[in-house]
Parts: sequence; C-alpha cells; structure tokens
Amino acid sequence: MAMLVSTTINGDATDFSCEADETLLDALRNRLSMTGVKEGCGTGDCGACSITLDGALVCSCLVLGAEAQGRSIETVEGMSDGEKLHPLQQKFLEHAALQCGICTPGFLVAAKVLLEKNPNPTESEIRYALAGNLCRCTGYDKIVRAVQDAAAQMRRA
Amino acid sequence: MSVEAKTMEERQAALKGLGSSRKRVEDARFTQGKGNYVDDIKMPDMLFGDFVRSQHAHARVLSIDTSAALALPGVVAVLTAKDLEPLGLHWMPTLAGDKQMVLADGKVLFQGQEVAFVIAEDRYIAADATDLVVVKYEELPVLVDPFKAELDDAPILREDIADATEGAHGPRRHPNHIFTWEQGEKESTEAILSSAPVVAEEMVYYHRTHPCPLETCGAVASMDKVNGKLTLWGTFQAPHVVRTVASLLSGIAEHNIRVVSPDIGGGFGNKVGVYPGYVCAIVASIVTGQPVKWVEDRMENLTSTAFARDYWMQGKIAATAEGKILGLWCHTTADHGAFDACADPTKYPAGFMNICTGSYDIPTAYLAVDGIYTNKAPGGVAYRCSFRVTEAAYFIERMIEVLAIRLNMDAAELRSINFIGKDQFPYHSALGWEYDSGDYHTAWNKALEAVDYKGLRAEQSAQVAKFKAGETRSLMGIGLCHFTEIVGAGPVKNCDILGMGMFDSCEIRIHPTGSAIARLGTISQGQGHATTFAQILATEIGIPADDITIEEGDTDTAPYGLGTYGSRSTPVAGAATAMAGRKIRAKAQMIAAYLLEVHDNDVEWEVDRFIVKGAPERFKTMKEIAFASYTQAIPGVEPGLEAVSYYDPPNMTYPFGAYICVMDIDVDTGVAGIRSFYALDDCGTRINPMIIEGQVHGGLTEALAIALGQEIAYDELGNVKTGSLMDFFIPTSWETPNYQTDFTETPSPHHPIGAKGVGESPNVGGVPAFSNAINDAFKPFGLTHTQMPHDHWRIWKTANELGLHD
Repeated sequence: MAMLVSTTINGDATDFSCEADETLLDALRNRLSMTGVKEGCGTGDCGACSITLDGALVCSCLVLGAEAQGRSIETVEGMSDGEKLHPLQQKFLEHAALQCGICTPGFLVAAKVLLEKNPNPTESEIRYALAGNLCRCTGYDKIVRAVQDAAAQMRRA
Repeated sequence: MSVEAKTMEERQAALKGLGSSRKRVEDARFTQGKGNYVDDIKMPDMLFGDFVRSQHAHARVLSIDTSAALALPGVVAVLTAKDLEPLGLHWMPTLAGDKQMVLADGKVLFQGQEVAFVIAEDRYIAADATDLVVVKYEELPVLVDPFKAELDDAPILREDIADATEGAHGPRRHPNHIFTWEQGEKESTEAILSSAPVVAEEMVYYHRTHPCPLETCGAVASMDKVNGKLTLWGTFQAPHVVRTVASLLSGIAEHNIRVVSPDIGGGFGNKVGVYPGYVCAIVASIVTGQPVKWVEDRMENLTSTAFARDYWMQGKIAATAEGKILGLWCHTTADHGAFDACADPTKYPAGFMNICTGSYDIPTAYLAVDGIYTNKAPGGVAYRCSFRVTEAAYFIERMIEVLAIRLNMDAAELRSINFIGKDQFPYHSALGWEYDSGDYHTAWNKALEAVDYKGLRAEQSAQVAKFKAGETRSLMGIGLCHFTEIVGAGPVKNCDILGMGMFDSCEIRIHPTGSAIARLGTISQGQGHATTFAQILATEIGIPADDITIEEGDTDTAPYGLGTYGSRSTPVAGAATAMAGRKIRAKAQMIAAYLLEVHDNDVEWEVDRFIVKGAPERFKTMKEIAFASYTQAIPGVEPGLEAVSYYDPPNMTYPFGAYICVMDIDVDTGVAGIRSFYALDDCGTRINPMIIEGQVHGGLTEALAIALGQEIAYDELGNVKTGSLMDFFIPTSWETPNYQTDFTETPSPHHPIGAKGVGESPNVGGVPAFSNAINDAFKPFGLTHTQMPHDHWRIWKTANELGLHD
C-alpha cells in the first residue's frame, strides 16, 4: 500500500510516495532518482548508503521510507554549493581518495558529520568515525589525509 | 608563427604525461554522486529478476511448483531449467572448458545455486515471489573436503560427465576429478630431493576467499524486438568477450548485440566470468519484450559468484647446507567447487601457478595441480591477481621461510643468496617462463636498509627474552616477502580465453582543433584508466592529457579487446595506446615536413612538435599538424589523423617487489597489531605515481584482509558460514595501518614504454608478508608453519598449542 511521505531533502521540501516495506535507500534511489546513495550490502555493514536524518548519520538501507516523514535528509547530492564543491569533495579529488567511487558518497557524508561535530579531529578520531564505511580500493590512507586536509581548510575559512 | 616563450621543460610539464601525478579525471563525478553504475540504470517498463536459490549443497530436485509465485500480483514470469532447455540455455559454457547449469537441471551442487528466476514489476515483488516457489529436494551426501573426493564412498557430483574419462584439460581419473596439470621435470626434481643435503617440506594452504567488490554483480538486458538488437549493460570486466559469448549462446548475430560496461564499483576478478544472472536477464528480456534488471545482493555475491584461491599446496624444497636452492617440488590439490569456472587462459588450467619458483634461481622444479569437484560455489577467479600468481607467491614465500628454519639461517639472507641475478635476465625459469627484467638485490637491500632489518631482529630477540622472563605477553613478528609477478596476459600464441587471443587495442582520433579521443578494449573498475591512458598518449603525441578523452566499455564504439584483469591493461592496452600514438606521430611527421617544406627525414620530434633538424625555431606543433590534416590537401597523405593498434605482446611482464611487515602479537588474545608495513614496488616505468600509491595502499589492505581473517568457510554440510559482511572480514579504517611505499624502476625491455603493471602486486606480495610476520613471531617457540587466515582465534590457538598459555 503506497503512502505519501513529506520530507526536506538537501534543504528542499520533497514529497514522495513509497510502499510501507520500502527502505529509504530504495525510495531515494528509485522514487527520487537520487542515485548518489549506493547499496553495498543492504544490511547496514558497509555504509555506502550513508545519509543524515535530522543530522544523525544513518544507513538508509536500515530505515524505512515511511520513517522519513517530517524529517530532514541530507545526501551527497546536497554537499556542493552549485558548482562549488564542498571542501571534502575538493580534497577527496586532490588526494585521489577514491578509486571505483561507489563507497565515496557514503564516506563524504560520514566525514561531513564528523567535521560538523569535531572540526579538528586527530587521525585516530577520523579512523574511528569512518569505521562504519567500507572501501575496497583505497586502503583508507588517502581518505584519512583528505579529511584531515579538508578539516584544516574549513578551520581556516 | 606563434610566440613561443615556454621552455621545453614547461611544455613537457603542460602535457601531464608519463610520470605526472595528474589528478584523476574520473573523480569529479564520483565525488558528487554522479557515477553511473549498473544499478543506477533505469528504463521505462523495466522488470526485475531475482533467483530462487538452493539451501542444500547437494540434492536432487524432485519438483518445482511456481503456481503460487505466478499468482502474486506483479509477477510476470518464472523461469526454470525446463523453460531454458528448448533454447539450449539451461547450461552454459564456463571460461575453463567446463559447463555450468544456468538453472538447476535435475539437481543442485552447491548452496546458493540458481534454481528458478522470478521476473516481476519491482524488486520487492520479485523477492517476495522467490519465497512462494516451492522446490522439493531429495538431499544427497555432501562432499566438501577435496581430499575425500576420490574415496570409494564419495558421492559423485557431476552425473552429467560421470563417465567422461577425458576433460577439457586431458585425462580424468575419477568422476570428481577435473584435470591433472604438470609442468617441469618430475624425475630430475625427485632425484634432487632424494640426494640433496637439506630438504624442507610443508603443506601450505591458501584458503578460499572472495573478491567482494563493494558493488555486486548485475546486468540490465534490453531486447528491442523492432530492430532485433539486444543491449546489455552490466558489471563486465571483459565486455567484448561477453558480447561474443552472448552471441554464440543466444544465436543473435554479434552486430546485433551491444554490451556496455558502465562505471564499475570495483572488480578484483569477481566480474570476469559469465553468471547465470546475465543469461537469465537476457532470456527474460527476450521473453517479455521489456528491459530486465538483475542485481545480486551481498549474500548472493559472497555465496554464488566467483570465489578465489582454495589451493592446498604440498611443497618440498631442496638445498645445499649453505642454503643454495637445488630444486622445488609442488603438488597442489585445487578445490574448484561444483563447476570448473576458473577464469584462466585456456592452456593454463591452474593459471600461472608455474611462476611458483618466485624470485629465485632454482635449477630444477616440478609442479602438478589436480583440479577437484566439491559441493561449493564455482569460481576460482584471480582476486586481484594474474591467474593464480597469488597462490604461487604465497607458496614459495612460505617455503623459503620453512627452509630457513630447517637451515637455521636468516630468511633475508637465504633469499639474497638465491635471487636471480641482475645479469641473468632475460631469465628462463625451470617451469617455463622467460622473466623480462629485474634487479632483485638492489630492491631487497633498499628494503632491508629502510626498515633497519638488523635492528628489528635485535629488538625481536630482546622481546623474546623478555617474554621468556615473564616481563611481557607480546611477541614481535617480522614478515619478509620478495615476490615476482607475471602479468599482462598475454601473447596470442599461448594465451586465449574461449579461443579469443589475449591481445588488446586502442583507437585514436585527433580532432581538427588538436584535442583527441582514444578508445580501448579494456574497462576501468577504479584503476583510473581515463587518467593514465591519456598520460601515455600525451607523451607519445604531444597533446596535453587534459585534452584527451578516454572511452572504454561500449562494444559498439570501442575496438575489440580482452578487458581488464590480471594487471593486463597497462602491459597490453597501454602498449596498444603507445603504438597507436606512434602511428599518429608517423603520419604527423609527413604532414609537418610538407608544411615546413622539407624532406620527411629532415624533421624530428620534440615534446609536442616536429622541428626542422638543426633549426628548432622552425616547427609545427601537433595542434597545427592536426588542423592541417583536416583543412589542407596534402599530396600523398590521406586527410584526417587517426590510428588504431591491436597489440599482441611478445611476452608477459614481471613486476616485483620487496615487502616487510612488523607485527606485535598479543599472545593472550591473539590480536595482531600491525606496527609498520614497508612496500617497495618495481612496476617498470611509472605512469602516475599518485595512482600507483593508491593502488598499493588498496591492494595491501585486501592482502591484510585475506591474511588476517577473510574467508569463505563451509561447514560439513556445505553451508556457507561467511555469507555476509558481518562474517566476511573486510578491514575498516580502524584496523588498517599507514603504509610506507617506495620503489625502484626497472623497465620492461619489450614494452613500448617499459611499464609492467602494478594493481595486483600489493595483493600478491602483501599476503605472504602478513602471514610470514605471524609465523615469524612464533618461530622462536618451535612453530614452522600455521595456516591462514590468521584471525585472532587461530592465532590464540597457535599460541595455545605451543604451550604459551601454560
């Protein structure tokens, strides 16, 4: 049975309809064509589907679309300011902190949440905060460097 | 004509050619969530397929009742083997000369095997309907241990070929036996083993694991019944081969099939093979006349598509009392699962396992590999490796350590006195390969010095003394590895897949205004081809890499190639790129000479232009030449500036490296902490150092996973025990250390730019380095060898068995 869900996504009031058993991940991808949100496991183990729900980092594969009613969602699609990339996106580019790219949206969202809470994280804090996101290509080193570098730039700004 | 203020060096730098750490051009879209992977493809009226899978490892299928599933609203059709049989598609050929059931034909042979394919209006309905398909099974005895496959009471798995005494790779001695593959000299090796002063022996197991890219396998098939064309998007590491196979299987003419690999979310060998899901999606689209998407979930990925390794390697190594190796003997029992679906060149049923003499000058060697059927998923793919090189490297690097223990000799020194010398290249190995180039001693000494090897050994001895004195519960392990790879398959004379020679290709078009597009037969899955192939070309033709588009993966536009795996893209397609670039340059030379009104031989190439010899102020840039080629009538020269090259490599390339890992092991918990990891890679000419570093980091992290816990484990009933990412170990940023990377540069003498390939080296060399560190830590307490994966429990058990908890 389809239901209407009213949310705010990346700052815009957005309504979508979804089935009662439909995950938020599938609703975003299939109903709203927001394919920046990726599925890596469907069981909350890999973090590729990371988004924020009222500011909290969640795996959208573990949230039902219906649960988003009245809540605010942010995804990778909302990170850049028009054509101006978010410092994290820019630093991921500069450090080559990605290879195949499928885990990247989740890492960017998770890193953004970290830097909002902790603008000056240590390497250990970054590694701990990103441990919910799996990457098979990079070995994480360049991701950690990119987040450190973005944090430094954001502190200067 | 133009004012030319730039120096030659500035012009060189502006090209961002070979050696430049150019930023990856792929990343702008990936960082904004604009990658386009197969599951992102959406088409009008698209249907979704999902499999009913077997819960049993071995059972007869008595009946399949699809009526309840078909009654579910939104279900369009359910396919079983009976539906595929009239099309001849209920079985399909594997890459290894065997055949595999597309859908269960009378019996199932592994847990997770495809039994029926449900097609529905959405993914949820399809999943619900799979539960409504009622399959009646009669369970059969299960075979999971390859060493029991030929016992009298062993169940016969493959009834379809039970009586065949000849397989794709020669005689079969038992219905559960697939092939015996022998290389080298059996008699002389055994003679040396019986007479040598020292012989060390060990059973080295490289456990079953899985490439597990973060994107699973999938496809979208769209049969356009009006124009008779089939389009197939999918996670294909070899799209052209998929097109040819699809044509042969379906009977659809090859020009009516278009195969497209969109962005691929990691491959690592998982996406080389052809899977039942692809075939079923195609059939479903033909049957329904609508596009059909099939994307496996993570559990399906881990349990049904493409395992890797599972080699039991019995080794014997003979040496003089001084440690000079005299001979190597290896017998491998290869567990291939229910169908032989290994992705190897046809003539190599055990891949390049015969590189197992490694970096050492071993005069005599013998290798035999027996392939065995068991009730496990098919696969045997090269997980970030070139066809069983990982198994070979792990085997020899463990055997060296075992020999060092037997000789009571330092393992670094033992390696050093047995390395193939720099002046011995090209080197002919006892098992049949011609190593192209190498300088192992230089690399090894650089590595030992970089980590202060002597200092580490002194510290380790002190640590052991403290442990024995009860002052610490931590042990230190030093993991050494010097590996030699064999990549870049390969010469058409001895390398093919399903008969297709393993050449590769590049086609270049220079546009009138001096920018270009190049298309290749390969396909990136994260390697950064769009970045690095443009760099090769920039150096060859003097057009900035930023002005060159690289395109791969669409069989309607790209030239035929065998795809990306086995570190073959740079050695083969990279060579084709350079050669096509040289054809462009040869034509450009004639045009330049005409424009400069001199003879062809009176101009020479300089960075981005042809200059008149002795008068560098008289020149034509490649940009000017390109424009002229489209705008002027040049006598004797065809208009336009294009070239294509199909490159058949004369030999493989042989990258190598020296890795040293230091670990601290908590004896009471079995937790192994990685203190440091030094990785020196020699991949010949380095195209993009930044990308190389990323590849090394990533490959080392995969190696860490494999060595320290990642496995596909089965219980005695053939149930998969590691079917989710909760059970299948993938290291996070928390477990992953910082790596120290380094390099030497020994170009390949036969490759146009001297490059050898690097993507797989860190997986190949990393696993022995991690494993040797664990083994090394317990060596002072009498351990010779303990099997991978070294998870905490197994490390704890090793410590316990050595009496370290008493």
